[in-house]
Amino acid sequence: MEMNVNPQQAAAHQKDGLMGVVFASLEKLLNIGRANSLWPLTFGLHCCAIEMMAASASRFDLDRFGAGVFRGSPRQADLMIVAGTVSRKMAPRIKMLYDQMPAPKYVIAMGGCAMWGGPYQYDGQYAIIEGVDRIVPADVHVPGCPPRPEGLIEGLLSSA
Amino acid sequence: MINIAIQILIWAVGIIAVVTVNALALVYLERKVSAHIQCRLGPMQVGFHGLLQTVADAVKLVSKEQIIPKNADKVLFILAPILAFFPVIVLFVVMPFAPNLICRDLNIGVLYVFSFASLEVIAIFMAGWSSNNKYSLLGAMRSVAQVVSYEVPLLLAVLAVVLVIGSLKMSEVVQYQHKIWMIFLQPAAFLIFMMGGLADTNRSPFDIPEAESELIAGFHTEYSGMRFALFFLSEYSNVFLVSCIATALFLGGWYGPFVNGIHWFVIKVYALVFVMMWVRWTLPRLRPDQLMNFCWKILTPIAILNLLVTGVVLKLVH
Repeated sequence: MEMNVNPQQAAAHQKDGLMGVVFASLEKLLNIGRANSLWPLTFGLHCCAIEMMAASASRFDLDRFGAGVFRGSPRQADLMIVAGTVSRKMAPRIKMLYDQMPAPKYVIAMGGCAMWGGPYQYDGQYAIIEGVDRIVPADVHVPGCPPRPEGLIEGLLSSA
Repeated sequence: MINIAIQILIWAVGIIAVVTVNALALVYLERKVSAHIQCRLGPMQVGFHGLLQTVADAVKLVSKEQIIPKNADKVLFILAPILAFFPVIVLFVVMPFAPNLICRDLNIGVLYVFSFASLEVIAIFMAGWSSNNKYSLLGAMRSVAQVVSYEVPLLLAVLAVVLVIGSLKMSEVVQYQHKIWMIFLQPAAFLIFMMGGLADTNRSPFDIPEAESELIAGFHTEYSGMRFALFFLSEYSNVFLVSCIATALFLGGWYGPFVNGIHWFVIKVYALVFVMMWVRWTLPRLRPDQLMNFCWKILTPIAILNLLVTGVVLKLVH
């Protein structure tokens, strides 16, 4: 019996664990593994980082989706959550951290500041990078100022 | 001859399978224990109650990019994780799981265990040195200082046990305890052994070598993908091994109420593993100077005193 695993099907059966016998290509297996074990980089820029911490703590618990292992070293992380305003001084460091992460790597731009500059975006401002997209490619944008932990979890699940 | 070869092959395959599967199970257990201690649920979405979580992690780690830093010492960098995993497998050779389930019951079993267990330090220092990274080197230096110091009280505690039993053979060590477990004869030695074991496996409250808030990830900062996974697996296997040794030396190995056998050994080992996880997730980390003071000023004198008292009592009894 040949059965194609599409993400919806897999997600539907993830809760009850009744996946049955599944034939799939290696790439699909790897993708299921990657999607369910996104280790974020311990890395907070501004106030959104507090919401990120809340998302990994008791009430919201990112670890339910296998994404609770916050790694200090970029070499062991898969996901970079840019949580906050990216100042011009911080930008080279963020780029460096992104370059140090091993492929495949993903980026979530969390909050208004990381998406387009947020409340700091106005004519003549000189200190802020208007959106983290200008230095690293963000896969998912989570709007909000700051977004609730549910928002981050939603973003994480949609990136997976 | 061919029989021996087949026997060795079966043991080798069995040990490697047990080590890897057990390490995966322990990672899952650790995440669940930590989650419940912190009032969370832990992995829930991958498989039934997250049972397949570590499988997903393993799949991901295998498929990750392997980075070797440009200025790293490539030979040492590649060898270090393998050397870290090697003592783990070698140590299983003398573990007395059940009366008939010991791969090789060496005369010098206890000595063999502790001599190979101290090889781990070399792998850690190789990893720290070859990475050419200041955090790795600092983590490795701390780790070496800590493990070498804590081996002193640990071995003194074990020496008291060996003195009582009068044998270094693992099976005889366990058989001695068929009436009374060693923990009741040597409670101080057991406590010292468990503290030394926590320090030897670099686990909290003695996890300063990989203190995330100051050293990023310690000696394996530069390791990615499967090489990092090997360090991870060897850490959890070391936790399991320390519990195994403690069970064999202090908790009466395969002896227990009702039926003696391997199930008692496994139950005791996992209970000790649970205690080590419990300690890790409820205690804060020590400072390096507190760590060294605790070892040299408190644990070592107590261990020496324990050894002295044991010797005197044994002399009086016989």
